[in-house]
Amino acid sequence: MAHPRITRRGALAAGAAFAATLAAPRVSAQARARLVIVGGGFGGASSARFARDAFPDAEVTLIERSRRFTTCPYGNLVLAGMRSIEQITFGYEALARRGVRVVHDEVTAVDAAGRTVRLGGGASVPYDRLIMSPGIDLRWGAVEGYTAEASARMPHGWVPSLQPITVLERQLREMPDGGVFIMTIPANPFRCPPGPYERISMVAHYLKQAKPRSKVLALDAKDGFSKQPLFMDGWRELYGPMVEWVGASNDGRVMSVDPAALSVTTEFGQTHRGAVVNVIPPQMAAKVARDAGLADQSGWCPVKAGTFESALVPGIHVIGDASIAAPMPKSGFVASTHGRQAVAAAMALIRGQAPPDPVYFNTCYSHVGTNYGISIVGIFRAEGDRFVEVPNSGGISPRNETMTPERRAEQRRLEALYADGWYESITREMFGLA
Amino acid sequence: MRARTKPGTLRGCVTAGGVVAAMLFGVAGEAASQGTAQATSGDALRVALVTGGCTGCHGATGEGGHGIPSIAHTKSQAEFIAVMKAFRDNQGSPTVMNRISRGYTDEELVVMAVRFARPN
Repeated sequence: MAHPRITRRGALAAGAAFAATLAAPRVSAQARARLVIVGGGFGGASSARFARDAFPDAEVTLIERSRRFTTCPYGNLVLAGMRSIEQITFGYEALARRGVRVVHDEVTAVDAAGRTVRLGGGASVPYDRLIMSPGIDLRWGAVEGYTAEASARMPHGWVPSLQPITVLERQLREMPDGGVFIMTIPANPFRCPPGPYERISMVAHYLKQAKPRSKVLALDAKDGFSKQPLFMDGWRELYGPMVEWVGASNDGRVMSVDPAALSVTTEFGQTHRGAVVNVIPPQMAAKVARDAGLADQSGWCPVKAGTFESALVPGIHVIGDASIAAPMPKSGFVASTHGRQAVAAAMALIRGQAPPDPVYFNTCYSHVGTNYGISIVGIFRAEGDRFVEVPNSGGISPRNETMTPERRAEQRRLEALYADGWYESITREMFGLA
Repeated sequence: MRARTKPGTLRGCVTAGGVVAAMLFGVAGEAASQGTAQATSGDALRVALVTGGCTGCHGATGEGGHGIPSIAHTKSQAEFIAVMKAFRDNQGSPTVMNRISRGYTDEELVVMAVRFARPN
């Protein structure tokens, strides 16, 4: 097993940097390191919380246009009827009480040369280092016919700030028994790799109780997906023929949609009509990051593996879903660990010190049914300019056949519980509630 | 050991960080439980970074919840490290911790123990 270790020099440097922070006399407000964070999701809010706790002398500003943040995680449980949207919506008041300067405004431009962020309200916010956690935009038109207007009739439910999950929820509730719920799923990379498959599960969970003659038809642009064997075992076990997943090799790739007809057409010309059509379209880094020149031709933002500093624009760190950080998934949990490392690296670089060695961590739980949870774990490090997963670690929950029936039930029950615990812990920490 | 501050806070980690300081500078071996070396503030930062994955599930203070066990000073440092190592070999009926513990170095397990375990 690879065990990269912190070097003595790295340890001393990091220590000295932190000691210097604490010892620095506060001559004037200008002398304080100015850390500005754009985007108040899992990456940005976690960064702000961490920066506030770990660097008491830094000036920490969080810029987020919305006053309330609805999480993507657990949105699928709203579809299942297991959570309300209020239960997955948070504010920034507690972060502000902890000393984070929270600014609710739109970022209209980033001036990397002048180290300034311009806001819609007209103000400029200077920074020593900028951390961007901008999230994603949807590629309208990448699936022919799928425009912003079309998304009202065929909801994506993938970016809560663009469209609350309740739009899709309402359509699901109004769907007649016997209807087909169609979901289209994009190729990699996209936000939350297990998310569509948890959604299939949660929709089926609802349909099984409320509309048992209905069906979920998932049309996928890929042949494989996250936690695939576990999801497929779970669907077979819990929902039987109610769930049908079609991969790319079986003509699952959807090329165009017709919102008026509520139909989708695949690569080889099959047209499927649904009672509800949930289009999860291809994605890219959010506009604010692309406009700042942080994205490459792929639409995503290349970064340095040890610091998450942009490979294209110095002084700006890009974390979370917008960054190119494979083999790490685009998940909320891993974004929070990007954020902590980016903050620590930014502070070290402001002070001319060596950034600490990173360790990035992810666990994604998915709900498949009642008392039925599964997970994937990954621990990642920087190796030169690449991210690498620590060999012989992480991976998915055990398959059914590797466990006794009793142990299997317990494993699935515990992981469903742990998912709830994870959600509560991470949201409480990132929004400063605990 | 100097007088400890409130368990679970970063300040508490700085105090307990003597163990880590001793580790990093080669004074003591793993699970050194009576570290008396002067902790530096850099240790606190390293503790916070290495344990960033732990708090995502176990909470900022390690208190757990929804079936996730509390790790807030429920074990001595030596016990904490022993349990984490046993998880690597699937001992103790692990659900996710076997997959997690294999991703961290022995030294990082000590760093985690500094934050979450009792000094003795």
